[in-house]
Amino acid sequence: MRMLKYLLEKEFKQIKRDRFLPRIIFLLPVIQLVILPFAANFEMRNINLSIVDNDHTVLSRRLTDKVLSSGYFRLADVSPRYDEALVSIESNAADIILEIPSRFEERLGREGTAELLIAANAVNGTKGGIGSSYLASIIQDFNQEKSLSPISAQEGGIRVTNLFNPHLNYKNYMVPGIMAFLLTLIGGFLSALNIVSEKEKGTIEQINVTPVPKALFLLSKLIPFWVIGLILLTIGACIAWLVYGLLPVGNMGIIYLFAAVYLMAFTGFGLAISSVSSTQQQAMFTAFFFMIIFVLLSGMFTPVSSMPVWAQELTRVNPLRYLVEVMRMVYLKGSTLSDLTGHFIAVCLFALFFNVLAIVSYKKR
Amino acid sequence: MRDSLAAFVRKEFLHIFRDRRTMMILLLMPIVLIILFGYAITTEIKRVPVAILDQSRDEVTQKMISHFVASEYFELYKMIDSEEEGQALFRQGKIRMALIVESGKLKGENEIQLLVDATDPNEATQLSAYATQIAVESGKVKVESENANSNAKPLSPFTFHLSPDQGIAPVIKLLYNPQLRGAYNFVPGVMGLILILICAMMTSVGIVKEKEIGTMEVLLVSPMKPVYIILAKATPYLLLSLVNIATILSLSYFLLDVPINGSLLLLVGVSVLYALVALCLGLLISTIADTQQAAMLISAVVLMLPVILLSGMVFPIENMPEILQVISNIVPAKWYIIAVKDIMIKGLGFGSVLQEIGVLALMVVVLVGLSVKRFKIRL
Amino acid sequence: MNVIETDKLTKCFGTFTAVDHISFTVGEGEIFGFLGANGAGKTTAMRMLCGLSTPTSGTGKVAGFDIYKETEQIKRHIGYMSQKFSLYGDLKVWENIRLYGGIYGLSEKQLKAKTDELLRVLDLENERNTLVDALPLGWKQKLAFSVAIIHEPRIVFLDEPTGGVDPVTRRQFWELIYQAAERGITVFVTTHYMDEAEYCNRVSIMVDGKIEALDSPSALKSSFKAGNMNEVFHALARGARRVDN
Repeated sequence: MRMLKYLLEKEFKQIKRDRFLPRIIFLLPVIQLVILPFAANFEMRNINLSIVDNDHTVLSRRLTDKVLSSGYFRLADVSPRYDEALVSIESNAADIILEIPSRFEERLGREGTAELLIAANAVNGTKGGIGSSYLASIIQDFNQEKSLSPISAQEGGIRVTNLFNPHLNYKNYMVPGIMAFLLTLIGGFLSALNIVSEKEKGTIEQINVTPVPKALFLLSKLIPFWVIGLILLTIGACIAWLVYGLLPVGNMGIIYLFAAVYLMAFTGFGLAISSVSSTQQQAMFTAFFFMIIFVLLSGMFTPVSSMPVWAQELTRVNPLRYLVEVMRMVYLKGSTLSDLTGHFIAVCLFALFFNVLAIVSYKKR
Repeated sequence: MRDSLAAFVRKEFLHIFRDRRTMMILLLMPIVLIILFGYAITTEIKRVPVAILDQSRDEVTQKMISHFVASEYFELYKMIDSEEEGQALFRQGKIRMALIVESGKLKGENEIQLLVDATDPNEATQLSAYATQIAVESGKVKVESENANSNAKPLSPFTFHLSPDQGIAPVIKLLYNPQLRGAYNFVPGVMGLILILICAMMTSVGIVKEKEIGTMEVLLVSPMKPVYIILAKATPYLLLSLVNIATILSLSYFLLDVPINGSLLLLVGVSVLYALVALCLGLLISTIADTQQAAMLISAVVLMLPVILLSGMVFPIENMPEILQVISNIVPAKWYIIAVKDIMIKGLGFGSVLQEIGVLALMVVVLVGLSVKRFKIRL
Repeated sequence: MNVIETDKLTKCFGTFTAVDHISFTVGEGEIFGFLGANGAGKTTAMRMLCGLSTPTSGTGKVAGFDIYKETEQIKRHIGYMSQKFSLYGDLKVWENIRLYGGIYGLSEKQLKAKTDELLRVLDLENERNTLVDALPLGWKQKLAFSVAIIHEPRIVFLDEPTGGVDPVTRRQFWELIYQAAERGITVFVTTHYMDEAEYCNRVSIMVDGKIEALDSPSALKSSFKAGNMNEVFHALARGARRVDN
């Protein structure tokens, strides 16, 4: 154990002396947590609308006014013809065209119904789909207001209660997920680069001829990243609180407990990669490769249950999936440790597995 | 001079190809990304676990429940006996919606309570819309004209519409991508990401590595001009990224049925231009960083994150705060992705992507200027 | 008493035999020179003795321990300094001493005394707080050697310890080697400077993975009828097929 003390002293001094590492370690959570939740927003605003009004009546004007005052749309231009509006779409100046045909009001008055055209740029499927359905619901509302249509499509008789995130705030959803991502980055990437950089410099030879046991050497690598990870988590939690007013509904202690075990798991993962790599470049790309798969299959951005069955099975062996879930559950739902027993066992197994892997793959000879 | 340049390029190729694992990963990465994005990354609602508390136990409710179970959207996790049980299941993450049918009301018009886990707001709005639809279709709920909730809730993206036979009937036309396929959007994004990854990250790390182990000095005292050394280092990565572009395009064309409506030549041309921007970025980073780790971290923070976040690849730029929208203009991937979408999906010609090409070309000039300046100062 | 004994020690990498059935012994307190051209197999042989590499066949004992099974015990009793200079460049001089002293189990008090002593002997007292990266190569080598024997091992393995420095600095380095040998530390050193070979008690010369000659420098010179070790070496190495890996 005395050896460990000297090895740890060395690691911390090296990290402290690095020109970039300390700065990155503290910049990373700030950048990610301050920018990402604002950027990662699926709620559509400011959809650019190109209007083609061939009717020019009070009704058509009222309709367009209503659309534009909804807050979802922004007037890109008013085009005299559909073809010209299409040019705006091609040049990305407009996302959606609303075309009101001529004699629209007249037909509505005579036949009781009249069609109009919504043409959306659907290259980005989500955006196009959501945008056009927003526009359609506004028109539906307009129908109702003007008593043009006797029925409405709204849900009557059903009372919907949005639990845990009543204002449907997307940031509340993203912030805990990003905190899990941060721990993954630190635990996985930095540790993946660590041992291999000693290999490249040749210093690991000197350690290998000393009586330092493998596990102890790995432990001296694991502990600093573990400490840094927990500090990061604390910074992250403070930012979540100060910037987004987000405090966990559940117990913060549970989050720390999970983060502690998870960091061990992921640092072990990084160290294992480091042991089997011969250059930093190789280690980085190996780590990156797995990291991208872990992130995409974690449910951080898209729900796990939406994935095909094979992908859902894969998420079971993805440690990040468990942490993302735990973070969100504790932060938003107030889940307790007994609710999360299964998750806890899973994370512990990962920690065990990856660290055994690291010890086995690290060869002193 | 040409011979020695060829020799240098050969040396760089050897370096890269000798590292089999990195090669494998670089070639595999686009395939994995396309498959994951193409099949696994979707927000479609499928088999969401639901708990049902039925206090009425009448026929209409039974019918509705069987509708729920039969639908592809929901999966009955459990029939529960109390609301508390439902709360516990929510906390354990076992269910994401609970349907509570209250008793003591008139048959056929029972009040239904829908508890939705709104942790993920997108999913929540979709869930409540689908659930309502099923309830309506099964006749459990009558559509009423007045609705107390209509103001409390923001517009849900997938609110269903009963097409009215009276009033204004909107006809929706989805341009370019009528089936709303996600692939149309992410394929250009993945191309933008892979090119940055290989050209910028690999180049910067490659050059810094030579600096670190001291071989850069040997190269610099050789009669080769620095610009050739850089060229030699960049060529293999450029070729590698072209291979990747080819992989991505053929996978998306043959496997995901994404069309290539515009000119393939123009598409490749724009990709090469973008790859050049990425190479220059890598070069600039290599003049700033002293160690490979620093080069990697800088690449990750100033390149990867903005590409993923601010390029419009995943998240629409218009939704972001003004300041981020302004910053997004200096992210090369944003311009590249716009151009690729225009060419590939909209099938537009050279004239329509002139602005994007201009911006990317300007970036190359500025970046080359900057790195040459820094390169000279240091050596 | 012999501190190193090998019998038909062999290491193959695939079909390539790097070390080919070498057998030799090194006695306690000896300065043993391990010579050979680049690629002759010196470093591979040394790595097997240090427990960094598992032999393909043959037997060997270092400090009385088996090089197959008892590598961890061997590591307690040896010091090692590789040609790839291997102190931590981003740690200060005293921090490196402290790290390795600590690893070998010196107490805080011993560490302090040892650090002061080392810095005094090496005349590095003013450089105590200098990062090792900032030291000239010759100083780094002397420091690395001192750190390698900080725990007074029975044997120290030196792999081309004086590469790239001027003759005066090399001479100073050998002073340190003699001091260590006087204290009873066996020195096993590889080099390709033939003047250094003259400083050894005995030398072996490896060609293409085999030991072609092993004796004291004076005996070798007389049996090869050579004026200096350089000529001996060239007489033997002329037949080498492997040049540079």
